[in-house]
Amino acid sequence: MTDHDTKPHLTRPHLLDLLRRMILIRQFEEKCAELYSAQKIHGFLHLYIGEEAGAVGCMEALDPDDAVVATYREHGQALARGISPGAVMAEMYGKQEGCSGGRGGSMHIFDADTRFYGGNAIVGGGLPLAVGLALADKMQGRARVTACFFGDGAVAEGEFHEALNLAALWKLPVLFICENNLYAMGTALTLTESETDIHLKAASYGMEASRIDGMDVVAVEAAAREAADAIRSGDGPHFLECRTYRFRAHSMFDAQLYRDKAEVEQWRAKGPVVRFTNWLRASGNLHDSDLQVIEDEVATEIEAAVAFAEAGTWEPVEQLARDVYAGMPTP
Amino acid sequence: MTGTTATSAQTTYREAIRESIRDAMIRDERVFLMGEDVGHYGGCFAVSMGLLDEFGPERIRDTPLSESGFVGAGIGAAMGGMRPIVEIMTVNFSLLALDQIVNNAATLRHMSGGQFGVPIVIRMATGGGKQVAAQHSHSLEGWYAHIPGIKVLAPATLEDARGMLWTALEDPDPVLIFEHVLLYNMQGDLSPDAGPVDISRAAIRRPGKDISLITYGGMLAKTLAAADDLSAQGIDAEVIDLRSLRPLDMPTILDSVTRTRRAVIVDEGWRSGSLSAEISARIMEAAFYELDAPVSRVCSAEVPLPYPAHLEKAALPQTADIVEAARALFGENV
Amino acid sequence: MPQLGADMAAATLTEWLRKPGDAVKHGDIVAVVETEKGAIEIEIFEDGVIDKLLVDPGTKVPVGTVLATIDGDHTEAAGVSTAPPPTTPTEAAPKPAPRPAEAPEKPPRPEARPRSPADRIKISPAAARLAAEHNIDIRALAGTGPDGAIGLTDIENAIQGTASAGGPEDKSTDTPGAAMRRAIAAAMSRSKREIPHYYLSTPIDMTRAMDWLEEANRNRPVTDRLIYSVLLIKAVARALEEFPELNGFWNEDEFRPARDIHIGWAISLRGGGLVSPALHNANRMEPDPLMAALRDLVKRARAFRLRGSELSDPTITVTNLGDQGVETVFGVIYPPQVALVGFGRIVERPWVVDGAVQPCRIIQTSLAADHRVSDGHRGGLFLSKIDRLLQEPETL
Repeated sequence: MTDHDTKPHLTRPHLLDLLRRMILIRQFEEKCAELYSAQKIHGFLHLYIGEEAGAVGCMEALDPDDAVVATYREHGQALARGISPGAVMAEMYGKQEGCSGGRGGSMHIFDADTRFYGGNAIVGGGLPLAVGLALADKMQGRARVTACFFGDGAVAEGEFHEALNLAALWKLPVLFICENNLYAMGTALTLTESETDIHLKAASYGMEASRIDGMDVVAVEAAAREAADAIRSGDGPHFLECRTYRFRAHSMFDAQLYRDKAEVEQWRAKGPVVRFTNWLRASGNLHDSDLQVIEDEVATEIEAAVAFAEAGTWEPVEQLARDVYAGMPTP
Repeated sequence: MTGTTATSAQTTYREAIRESIRDAMIRDERVFLMGEDVGHYGGCFAVSMGLLDEFGPERIRDTPLSESGFVGAGIGAAMGGMRPIVEIMTVNFSLLALDQIVNNAATLRHMSGGQFGVPIVIRMATGGGKQVAAQHSHSLEGWYAHIPGIKVLAPATLEDARGMLWTALEDPDPVLIFEHVLLYNMQGDLSPDAGPVDISRAAIRRPGKDISLITYGGMLAKTLAAADDLSAQGIDAEVIDLRSLRPLDMPTILDSVTRTRRAVIVDEGWRSGSLSAEISARIMEAAFYELDAPVSRVCSAEVPLPYPAHLEKAALPQTADIVEAARALFGENV
Repeated sequence: MPQLGADMAAATLTEWLRKPGDAVKHGDIVAVVETEKGAIEIEIFEDGVIDKLLVDPGTKVPVGTVLATIDGDHTEAAGVSTAPPPTTPTEAAPKPAPRPAEAPEKPPRPEARPRSPADRIKISPAAARLAAEHNIDIRALAGTGPDGAIGLTDIENAIQGTASAGGPEDKSTDTPGAAMRRAIAAAMSRSKREIPHYYLSTPIDMTRAMDWLEEANRNRPVTDRLIYSVLLIKAVARALEEFPELNGFWNEDEFRPARDIHIGWAISLRGGGLVSPALHNANRMEPDPLMAALRDLVKRARAFRLRGSELSDPTITVTNLGDQGVETVFGVIYPPQVALVGFGRIVERPWVVDGAVQPCRIIQTSLAADHRVSDGHRGGLFLSKIDRLLQEPETL
């Protein structure tokens, strides 16, 4: 869908496409959990389960030419952006066939074809990068959007404030998307921010800022399209606070001592996939057989991705020092 | 005083840098300058005086006091196709942008498996000697030289001030240029034809046969003065200007030490874990059997730089210290 | 037991939430484990029926341990897939090691020589190399480099013999060989100062040895001929096998016998000066190779091309002053050695053999030995052994 309508076309094919994309992310992440436990994936693993509507909805508003900057919890964004599950899985395994050549791992998914600039592991570290990409577009007269995903934790970092200020000051085409899942690793938002309405902070920098239900993929898409459209027309940066929730721990090694099981279950009950399938069923757009087909197709796709990763190869150790520098110019 | 449009034969280090920025901006419209007070103020050290009038606010861009923000923005802009020159007022404030430099600029090419590079140039003033006390007098270019993925330069002459910037801008990788605060007023002759220079080789500023004095940036002048003093005492010193701190031009260094068999490294940073320690280790590793004396170092005293003149002077390397260190390597033979 | 975090090595199973016979499906929570970070629920990734629980609650097990078995589509244990963890490449990347610009020639080291205080001389690497190349004995040099270290200047001066003797005031211009003279002086003084010498001397009949030699040389070209010194060296070396107290080093109140026998052969140098480099393992060399080694050694000694090890390895010194016309040698031991064997001129003398007087070729053989290590009785037996060996030259 590349036309710039502010409202999504709620046609059945489009709706089923949204569902499919969310289920792809869901199944991919669950498979990652399994593989991590089996020591196929190493290091850190941060899963997007529960937050799928954010990535899927926002990506609908972006053109292939736009840029995406994300965090270490970026598998959802990567898949929604169109990076192949095989390439992402191989990267998680550390194989050369991974999208970053195996060099980055789970937290550093990069893809030049889709203008996917990471995969940034420093909280808040990607925001200035997004500002810079947008600055380059503006200075070179290109009408492109740079979408910048980050969490509620980033709001505390100085770079959040510096980046928002710069973007608003210079009227840069950045779509700031804060996925507020209420916890920065193990600390609740209420314990770290004097003002927990994050979009109000953004508004104070002089940019359009709104809060949306991050569990409602249609609402997310609508808000993202409207914001992207405004940005493209030269309105300067926009800010979307997506209220969402992660059903799993911050990372695999997390006992979740900081939140109640009951709270998790409450959010699970109104999770993006559950809500959307219920709504689709109720509106007659989805039958159980449709759902089964989607789930089976996605399962096959995931299996293929794992097989691709398993069959992947290790980069030869002799190439260790590659890609530190590009080369030396001579004057 | 507005910037002159033509390089005269007599010029200053400051003017040479200004001219290098002008030259780059004219050659390539993707080049722009971004930093605190670079536009309306004319630059903290008056380097960019007059450039705002000449090139306008889009390309001579004043930033808020957001080192991390605008250095990161420079990195993003470089990835997005621009050729930014980011000016961090001094190395002391660069600490606020350390994350962007070390975790982004230095790593993006590698982390992305070679898909993205960061062709950014970051200029900073460095060094002490103006009685501005501990938080404003650091020499941390040695720290940056520790990081793979970036390149680090220290122009010490007018030719290098004029010529390193363009070559650095052409480099597809991040390049940091350190300008010593005491050099901005340095005067001298510069050919009107002076243009881009290489950024990877050290230069022998004074050939000699008895001892190699290895230094860079703000310490070059004192080291040359020390060489003159030593000459009067019968010691013929060779002075090497490193020019590039990362990568180091080891062939030039090793060739010199193999000839002279003695080396003193002069580094304004503190000796512990400094660039001089790195050079000393490399000389030991590669030329151990050529040495006729241990490699010696002259560095700042291990104190945060003090404010009063006499203490600051005692803390920083002085010409006399270099002479003494050199003489000590000859034992009774001087 | 699943891997849950980069730094997790083990965990304690605290509770089973399912029992054998229970049907389970993908995503079900089946157990609780206790880690440093708290209690974490373990899910299962398979469908099936629990068959056996293999770990009891309260047990701490490493990551990867099978906790339970499942009957189902896949017989995989809870939390662990059957595929073995991939062998991640763990060889260290080949580090390009910086190579020394020029490594010195490594001399052969037949045995570790015990360290004496003289070994810990401060000398720069460049000077040490030059000294070895030019056969300079650094033990007697005064260093004028930083910290009193010996530097290139000192070695160069030693080579040219124009060293300033230990102080900037001394500007005397020395004659060539003066530095070596000083080195010898230092060593000899030390020897006489520290080593309680005793001396023994005995005449040895060389008639049979010389007859054998003449016969052996008769049909050889000049270049292949053996000289009698070879027989002397071999005899001394073989004799030493039975007298370890004469073959070794005295170091700080202790004698350490050497494992091998390296004869230091005294060679006089043109322009004065003396050097006694080693013939390694002389006791095991046949006369011909020993002759070749000797010839080579003398040539290189006179060209100042000896190796460091040749200077430091001798376990005893043997000197033959026969050519100088001397009949008996009373030697001075080279520290840290503990003996010196001296041979004089072979003279034809009337000798009584089997009751009759006949001319015999006699060589006076002397032993100077360190009385801290050996005594006259053993010294005498040693000389007798040399005598006996020289009476059977064909066995040498």
